[in-house]
Amino acid sequence: MTVYPKESLEAFPPYVFEGYRSTVKRSPRKPLVVIPHTLSELTGPVYGHETVHAGDEDLTKQHAGEPLGERIVVHGRVLDEDGRPVPDTLVEIWQANAAGRYIHVVDQHPAPIDPNFTGAGRTATDAEGRYKFVTVKPGAYPWGNHGNAWRPAHIHFSLFGTSFLSRLVTQMYFPGDPLFEFDPIYGSVTDPKARARMVSSFDLENTVPNWALAYRFDIVLRGRNQTPMEH
Amino acid sequence: MAGITPSQTVGPYFHYGLMPHDYDFSEVFSNNLVTPDASGERIRIEGRVIDGDGQGINDSLVEIWQADSAGRYAHSADRRALPNASFKGFGRCDTDKNGAYSFETIKPGAVPGPNGGAQAPHIGMIVFSRGMLRHVYTRIYFSDEAKNEADPILALVPAERRTTLIAKRGDRNGQAVYTFDVRLQGDGETVFFDI
Repeated sequence: MTVYPKESLEAFPPYVFEGYRSTVKRSPRKPLVVIPHTLSELTGPVYGHETVHAGDEDLTKQHAGEPLGERIVVHGRVLDEDGRPVPDTLVEIWQANAAGRYIHVVDQHPAPIDPNFTGAGRTATDAEGRYKFVTVKPGAYPWGNHGNAWRPAHIHFSLFGTSFLSRLVTQMYFPGDPLFEFDPIYGSVTDPKARARMVSSFDLENTVPNWALAYRFDIVLRGRNQTPMEH
Repeated sequence: MAGITPSQTVGPYFHYGLMPHDYDFSEVFSNNLVTPDASGERIRIEGRVIDGDGQGINDSLVEIWQADSAGRYAHSADRRALPNASFKGFGRCDTDKNGAYSFETIKPGAVPGPNGGAQAPHIGMIVFSRGMLRHVYTRIYFSDEAKNEADPILALVPAERRTTLIAKRGDRNGQAVYTFDVRLQGDGETVFFDI
């Protein structure tokens, strides 16, 4: 039986973070109502390999040609809070291209669209919780939050895990980004240890010679094994 | 303890990754949960996601999770689940320029509650959006359910706020349409749960 301690959510940022202006009108102000975890919360959508098509995990091979930019491998494990792998769970990603431009119609940043790069991928974890994507390193891009605001390079991740309580949407950052200290989205997570869990690490061991740098990003989802009561 | 990976906003550009209907990427989720083998009353749920200024939010992502018409969840933690049923009970919808979303589904049955009791039929809902660093969780209940009165979760909600959780039943061309707006903030702010 998996349990989902509430304390685990202390790693999450607050609903309102003044530095990220759009949170001001999009955050609940009344107290959240505490409820027990019933079957409705302890269950949840379960999606895995059956939802993934061949090639979905390689964002550099979805078009006629190869995208421009620095080819990278992004891989890691999806784990629960006990460090146990979460197998056969869907991982969805989306990102900007190497120039920092999203293919999204709303993105008007005057950087080039890459006709060979959509920037969307999905895969499912294996029995050990491992996943792997091949993509290009996304560029930083400007946004309107404050004067001269730029987002650090990042890849968006979406995961389901084992129940509706483990649902997670997050962003993976790259190590040593000089924009970290100016970014209120990254900065909304104030605990340095929790913050570090959003940053991938350069992985020489899995870097493919003459082909691509590797970055490792392990993701820890909410949930742990029920500990027997002590008497 | 290692600690979990923090949440970050879904941002404004999630569509081509999570709801790529207008993009060159295959789509695996939709707002239609109905499968050929799903028994029960077909219903539509629609509403808007609204910010603290009363404006519809055009870049929200809404997800729902529900039981089948017999109140069973398609999940291993529900021992009554039907392993071969194609009804999964999960739907995903992006809001349009007015902040509107909709789902085509079937009305769920009553599901087991705490301490051996029952819960009134309901659907779990998660809302993500640009400007939200973490998602919110709420529940959709149905206005035509007498069981709401005895629901153990609704009982935990201050009486004057319960109406924010109850979708109003209407009729459109003979189909049941429930309206459920999500107000993130301000007058009539939807009840969100701390889970």
